[in-house]
Amino acid sequence: MTADRRRAVTLAAGGVLLALVPPIAALTDQPFYLDLFRRMMIFAIAAVSLDLILGYGGMVSFGHAAYLGIGAYAVGIPAYHGITNGFLQLGLAVAASALVALVIGAISLRTSGVYFIMITLAFAQMLYYLGISLETYGGDNGMRLAARSRFVGPIDLAQPTTFYYLVLAILVLLLVAGRRLVASRFGMVIRAAKANEPRARAIGFSTARYKLTAFVIAGATAGLAGALLANQTEYLTPDFMHWTRSGEIMFMVILGGMGSLFGPVLGAVALLLLEDVLSALTAHWQIILGPILILVVLFAKRGLFGLLAGARVD
Amino acid sequence: MLEVRALSKRFGGLQASDRIDLEILSGETHAIIGPNGAGKTTLIGQLAGDLRPDDGAIRFMDRDVTRLDAPSRSRLGLARSFQITSIFREMSALDNAALAVQAHRGSSFRFWRPARAERALREPAQKALASVGLGARGDVAAANLAHGEQRQLEIAMALATEPRLLLLDEPVAGMGLDESQRMIRFLATLKGPVTIVLVEHDMDAVFTLADRISVMVYGRIIATGTPAEVRGNAEVRRAYLGEDAC
Amino acid sequence: MSWALVLEQTLNGLQFGVMLFLMAAGLTLVFGIMNLVNLAHGSLYMVGAYLAAAFAHWSGSFVLGVALALPATLLVGIAVEVTALRTLYERDHLDQVLATFGLILFFNELISIIWGRAAIYTSVPTILGGHFRILPGVPYPTYRAGIIVVGVLVSVLLWGLVTRTRLGMRIRAGASNRTMVSALGVNVRLLYTLVFGLGAALAGLAGAMAGPIYAVQPGMGEAILIQVFVVIVIGGIGSIRGAMVGAIVVGMADTLGRAFLKPMLATVISPPAADKAGPALASMLIYLLMAAVLFFRPEGLFPARSRS
Repeated sequence: MTADRRRAVTLAAGGVLLALVPPIAALTDQPFYLDLFRRMMIFAIAAVSLDLILGYGGMVSFGHAAYLGIGAYAVGIPAYHGITNGFLQLGLAVAASALVALVIGAISLRTSGVYFIMITLAFAQMLYYLGISLETYGGDNGMRLAARSRFVGPIDLAQPTTFYYLVLAILVLLLVAGRRLVASRFGMVIRAAKANEPRARAIGFSTARYKLTAFVIAGATAGLAGALLANQTEYLTPDFMHWTRSGEIMFMVILGGMGSLFGPVLGAVALLLLEDVLSALTAHWQIILGPILILVVLFAKRGLFGLLAGARVD
Repeated sequence: MLEVRALSKRFGGLQASDRIDLEILSGETHAIIGPNGAGKTTLIGQLAGDLRPDDGAIRFMDRDVTRLDAPSRSRLGLARSFQITSIFREMSALDNAALAVQAHRGSSFRFWRPARAERALREPAQKALASVGLGARGDVAAANLAHGEQRQLEIAMALATEPRLLLLDEPVAGMGLDESQRMIRFLATLKGPVTIVLVEHDMDAVFTLADRISVMVYGRIIATGTPAEVRGNAEVRRAYLGEDAC
Repeated sequence: MSWALVLEQTLNGLQFGVMLFLMAAGLTLVFGIMNLVNLAHGSLYMVGAYLAAAFAHWSGSFVLGVALALPATLLVGIAVEVTALRTLYERDHLDQVLATFGLILFFNELISIIWGRAAIYTSVPTILGGHFRILPGVPYPTYRAGIIVVGVLVSVLLWGLVTRTRLGMRIRAGASNRTMVSALGVNVRLLYTLVFGLGAALAGLAGAMAGPIYAVQPGMGEAILIQVFVVIVIGGIGSIRGAMVGAIVVGMADTLGRAFLKPMLATVISPPAADKAGPALASMLIYLLMAAVLFFRPEGLFPARSRS
């Protein structure tokens, strides 16, 4: 089977499997699985957004979880005040995340390498502390979501299956849009900047503005994921923004295979499954996860998607 | 075309560029030669926009570009090739050239249409590749090209930007005899419509291609003139040509 | 807001700055010389704190506890370097970040397996307990003053090491041009291990001294680590001088901000608003400071390398 074929089959299989989870969960009377996979897909959305700037853009942003938090609070805070219009909340989530990403990106992208990593990390932590200081909205402990987002007609997030398919639809749309994006003119510039930034500049690209745009797009998408996450967990805390969360998302990207967009979906599923399995084994599961992550980095950089689908996707 | 006035740059204790005055005429091929450490790389860096001079000015096509960054200068028509091959290694040769075309054609804030499907990008890119002799190698990953081919790709990328001035930093560096002869012959075909500034050690290339030569020593230009004039210049002989076989 | 309070908080800022410096010095050297992003540096701080508490408990003497924790942390550091970090020197920063992140998870969990997740409290040793009078009417905790003294001593020693010894010369050379150092025949492997060990010892010292005043619990390393990053970014990677300046600036800004921003704000805006905005702004202060520095000097105030 050619590499393209293998990839297509893997993707189709994945899509079908995901679409079948609700009916299977209903048949086996295990609603837990519906919940689990929905959670995985929400994190997949966040991971795919990180892959755009990390895998394709080469920007090692260690503060991506901050946008999850912003998106979550963009749902939680209005809900607290009685505003439950889903469109409004999602719009706010995306807009707020985009704005914050614009500011953080504008400052951080003036640097590169080690500085960039540390700065994105520091800014995300700053937002975490900001979240803690919001006493009204639960501060350190966080708060329960007052009510789920309301959309029109049949889209009722209180219905687990409807919510599930909504998330699946968003994920699929994101992947389609993402693939177009990385193949577009814009995508080529980002990839060129990652491959050889001085060269890209020498041929006439002011790479900074493209990188910033990508950064904002990624942040806004993660904000969308955050809004969904708030509805998923029905509880939001500043922990969503903690830098260890950023590390987790980054691991999903690497584990799944960075620079492929589809890989991170696999990575999100795999990591969350792994955490689930390990935490059932022992309360101290992180002592196993830590070394696993180290081993993945050292020996399995290509990630799961690379293993499953063959040659690296371009 | 390109005018440099009193250009100076210091690195700590080293005066890499010492009040350089240089004028490049439109349509000429101007070589800059000098021993290692003369400051040629620093000069190129300042001309291309990678380095900010401490003092002095650079004018390109009657515009003061001293404060302009490299991408802006490229968009004005100043293309450069790198001394140490600098290309997009994971992408195909055609992709490399197409990117150079893309930078100068239309906006890159396009998010939907696949860039590889754009004829407006692929065709000029293919032409640029063909002109340097890489016409059949478009689909090869740049990293898999032979070293000489990669140098050719460098030139192709510079040409794909449809430049007014071509800044070539040791274009035949590291090439074997056959390859460098081919490259020199090719560069000769560019003379005229494209102004070329050439930094080189290979005297064959220099004396074949250059209309005028400037000689740099210790950050200063000690002589400028036709090849014959420079050959005959005693100071140049002493400082440079005398140490190397002509 | 009395002057006594201002003085006390200034000294606290200095004390916090000292702790930050001890952490930052090691980290910036490791960045600068080995080009290694080590997120697990905070774990060494934590290890130092726990070991000091354990040795103090076992020996009955706080000072002995600290004294034993230092070489112990040094050994742990060297062990980590030899086993896990050596392979990372050649890798890109992303790999280093992820791998050392894995190390953090491992260490945090290891500590909580051995000592549990609850915070352990060590008390200030009696010889260093109580207060002393800096000025009439201004008492200051002796222990905190002790930290400042130790910090200054270590800074001086470090300064001497870096500027006056052969090893120090190699360290400075390595920080500004790595490839040259190995080309000149210096045993790079040994140098790296020594530098890492030095950083580990400093972090362990900071952790050991932190015991009595900060909570000793799993994850304590990460909280201070981010602030250490801010210090290094402001000061400039690879530079001890930068680490010193950055540490004082960050230590002061954070401490004074938390103490005085709210009352200061209350003079210009309404008290209830200041009550909310004050702490929020105070916690963001050092990051805003970092952003401001980066805006004008993306390489920090005293970068060791002229070219990266």
